[in-house]
Amino acid sequence: MEERRPILHMKDIHKHFPGVKALSGVQFRLFPGEVHALMGENGAGKSTLIKVLTGVYSIDQGYVEMEQKRIAIQSPQDAQEAGISTVYQEVNLCPNLSVAENIFIGREPRRFGRILWKEVNRAAASLLEERMNLSIDVTLPLHAYPIAIQQLVAIARALNISAKVLILDEPTSSLDRGEVRQLFDVMNKLKGEGLAILFVTHFLDQVYEISDRITILRGGEFVGEYAASALPRIELVSKMIGKELKLLEELPKQQADANEAAGELLLEAKSLGRKGSIEPFDLSIRKGEIVGFAGLLGSGRTEAARLLFGADRPDQGSLRMGEAGAVHTPRQAIDQGIAFCSEDRKGEGIIDDLTIRENIVLALQASQGWFRSISKKRQSEIAEQFIEALNINPPNPDQLIKNLSGGNQQKVLLARWLLTDPKLLILDEPTRGIDIGAKAEIQKLVMSLSEKGMSVLFISSELEEVLRVSDRIAVLRDRRKVKEMSGDDMSEQQVMKAIAGGGEG
Amino acid sequence: MKHHLFWPVTVLALLLLFNLLYDPSFFSIKLREGQLYGSLIDILNFGAPLILVSIGMTLVIATKGIDLSVGSIVAIAGAMACLTISKGADQNSIGLVATAILMSLALSLALGLWNGLLVAGVGIQPIIATLILMVAGRGIAQLITSGQIITVTSDNYEYIGAGSLFTLPFSIFIVAVMFAAASLLTRKTAIGLFIESVGNKPVASRLAGIRSRAVMIAVYLFCGLCAGIAGLILSSNVSSADGNNAGLWYELDAILAVVIGGTSLNGGRFYLAGTVIGALIIQTLTTTIYTIGVPPEITLVVKAFVVLVVCLIQSESFRKTLMRRWRTRRYPAEKELTRHA
Repeated sequence: MEERRPILHMKDIHKHFPGVKALSGVQFRLFPGEVHALMGENGAGKSTLIKVLTGVYSIDQGYVEMEQKRIAIQSPQDAQEAGISTVYQEVNLCPNLSVAENIFIGREPRRFGRILWKEVNRAAASLLEERMNLSIDVTLPLHAYPIAIQQLVAIARALNISAKVLILDEPTSSLDRGEVRQLFDVMNKLKGEGLAILFVTHFLDQVYEISDRITILRGGEFVGEYAASALPRIELVSKMIGKELKLLEELPKQQADANEAAGELLLEAKSLGRKGSIEPFDLSIRKGEIVGFAGLLGSGRTEAARLLFGADRPDQGSLRMGEAGAVHTPRQAIDQGIAFCSEDRKGEGIIDDLTIRENIVLALQASQGWFRSISKKRQSEIAEQFIEALNINPPNPDQLIKNLSGGNQQKVLLARWLLTDPKLLILDEPTRGIDIGAKAEIQKLVMSLSEKGMSVLFISSELEEVLRVSDRIAVLRDRRKVKEMSGDDMSEQQVMKAIAGGGEG
Repeated sequence: MKHHLFWPVTVLALLLLFNLLYDPSFFSIKLREGQLYGSLIDILNFGAPLILVSIGMTLVIATKGIDLSVGSIVAIAGAMACLTISKGADQNSIGLVATAILMSLALSLALGLWNGLLVAGVGIQPIIATLILMVAGRGIAQLITSGQIITVTSDNYEYIGAGSLFTLPFSIFIVAVMFAAASLLTRKTAIGLFIESVGNKPVASRLAGIRSRAVMIAVYLFCGLCAGIAGLILSSNVSSADGNNAGLWYELDAILAVVIGGTSLNGGRFYLAGTVIGALIIQTLTTTIYTIGVPPEITLVVKAFVVLVVCLIQSESFRKTLMRRWRTRRYPAEKELTRHA
């Protein structure tokens, strides 16, 4: 393999954004006739690298070689002309045009300026037939077909425009198993025809099923390039997370709190699931217990939490909260004492244009209704109390929340939910993107809350953190809850093995 | 940062100043037959319906919505009231006038509810949902009036739009009451907070437990009510209902008033006092154009030009660009010096 020359070679790529080194010294090689998986956790630089390659971002330092020739990619147009095509997770086609139109839009065969529709349809049908093994009616609008077919159509269009390198960015995240199978068949066929495919996914099983080689990035840096067959799963996970397995074994085991059996049952989910988001799972949480969710990005952690809060509707299973019964909407969840801090702090948490004070009282006020208004004086008192207790900066209740740093925004959101005095607090990535000091404060707070009898569901990508705060840990992988562990079973090594799955690798 | 009312008030003051220079008698107010007369009073009086509609529109826009049907609701409300009165034996009886008012306000609320249900219940985009009633509403108004202009002779009805109380036009008091009601409802209850929250971040608001549907329906209801009252004032002022022309293009003036008042079309924070000043600016502008005798065929162009200038002045980025250009032109050397500072 090594004698062959790479069709695409990215050398020593650097990319800076104000205040952030998104990529530093990253290299990437892609050979003809291979599927190459690009792996990394959130913020590792995968999407930046792809955007650099497709001309969305310009390169600060380093260069790209295509077939041993240096090329400058200044725009997506340049990338396409160089033979690099991309198919994104969400299909970038026009759903209301026909399949054939989507494939040939802008490049229709014409005669005397008239589009030859018959020729368009015939060519589209034969293209799909030959390259995708897909025989469908190409005159129907694209939206008549499921996402999987739309994805294949997008690939066909990409190949038809220019086809040396194909980038598939999270193509499988909205597909079911059969559809993934179909996509993989096509990928294998194209690979056999000599196409180089760059594949991005966070499903480990799929990586091992389809890829020949794996490049791992972490924190914007190049970790290594490996043959898939020579890299055990658990090593892949430890390289992505950035922890050496040997070191882990030497770490002292965390002492779990002894109160796990003591508390009464608070919440019980039975085979709760939602198609395309999380497979049915059982979960029970006791009073005063901290349950951690561990798993990689996209493993279904957030999806499971959203079902528990009623933010998404489950399509099967049941959820009971104490005596009170079912939960269908966020509002019902709040009324029954559940609070949910979303991982998407900016999109689903803070209300930008409101002040710290207003953001804090929002959930309590919502549950009190329109007319039992909390007076402005009382609001300020509450806000000042939390600003002091959580050390929120700036300590001014009338500051707009959008002007705060991430960590302080997170504290305001915590205050919002603590004010409602919940029985169960769901924290999805509460420490992501905030500085170490604030991180430690939030972890301490969570533990002291549980001592006072509040149950907490703690979700985090950082294993260390989950292990430190949790009494019990549920591990999720590929949208399934795969393991639950508590007490002495809980170690980084055990959790990592469960995350990696597929035996010992 | 300047107070949010700074620019609207400045613009209004400039407009008034212009009028004062052009015609010093503009500010004079005379007391005749127990009623005050003068251009300023006229602006308040004739501006009353627009202010009302704009107040309702402010809350709708704060939820990131828009209500294009207010002009049609104005026409329908006037038509309904005039029709009821014209059918009565004694057009001036208090009972009949009260019935007419109640019926037309109930109808306005129903139309507001219709808009609210389309937007919050069915989930149609506000601009499309209210476009339905904007177009169909004109038809409904003409159905009510049978395509005619209904004229009524009822002193009691006429009082709403043309009467006077404590030497001031009665319509001013209606506006004051509605403005106070809107301010109290949004600032003394939690509704204002919910409106701003839903308008700013609908998803985050839902996760915080706010029932955003109820909030949206409430603002369209209120907007319908405001438009209905405006319709009563307009039709009562001329003692007739014209399904075709009453309240024509009110929705556009109202949206403009809201924007001039500082509320963003992107929803979120809203400023009721700003809206009132915005509506006054538009009314003053209309009055000014008449007093200085702009030829009728170009009045709209003049109005459009002034509105454009007002909007540009309000834009912070435009002001900055303008200031920078102006400085570089005058002190090119100084800019060179301060660049590295």
